[in-house]
Amino acid sequence: MTKSELVQKMARQFPQMTLKEVENAVDLVFDEITTSLATGNRVELRGFGAFSVRYRDQRVGRNPRTGESVQVEGKYVPFFKAGKGLRERLNKDVA
Amino acid sequence: MSRTLTRADIVDSLIKEINLPRSLATEVLEELLTELIDAAVQGNGVKVSSFGSFIVREKSQRIGRNPKTGEEAVISPRRVITFRPSQCLKEAVHFSRKKAA
Repeated sequence: MTKSELVQKMARQFPQMTLKEVENAVDLVFDEITTSLATGNRVELRGFGAFSVRYRDQRVGRNPRTGESVQVEGKYVPFFKAGKGLRERLNKDVA
Repeated sequence: MSRTLTRADIVDSLIKEINLPRSLATEVLEELLTELIDAAVQGNGVKVSSFGSFIVREKSQRIGRNPKTGEEAVISPRRVITFRPSQCLKEAVHFSRKKAA
């Protein structure tokens, strides 16, 4: 599913909103999550999951083509951990 | 100063930024999360451009070990969801954090 398919599905549930309005709302939600992470704050959505920022330490990497060693600097990366509700729902039919 | 962003904060910005009535803002956010979850439960990932992709993976059964007791245990096959951030999001997070550090 892509974002535009997501917007279309949602628009069916909200006949009082135009497709553009739904799209703006969806964009705003993801923008808010991005902004929060960029300022170093977690995002916690109960039942769905939590986004946080993790630090990856510097390491010695290797150029896969030449085999040369390169120093990879430490970096901050976005991280998502699925919430309990989502994990359970994913495995309901399998368990 | 660190503060966790929650549903309530996102609802507030939907009200302020695009003038949704509170009840509708709440419903829109819930519906968005529900659609993401439903897609995942059906085994489908969701790709959100300039944000990232949610990917569903099937894990096969394996023998694990309780790290505390060292006991072996069968880990049953299961489905997991992972998030792969877009280059855009990675850059937004990395550069602003590096500046703050």
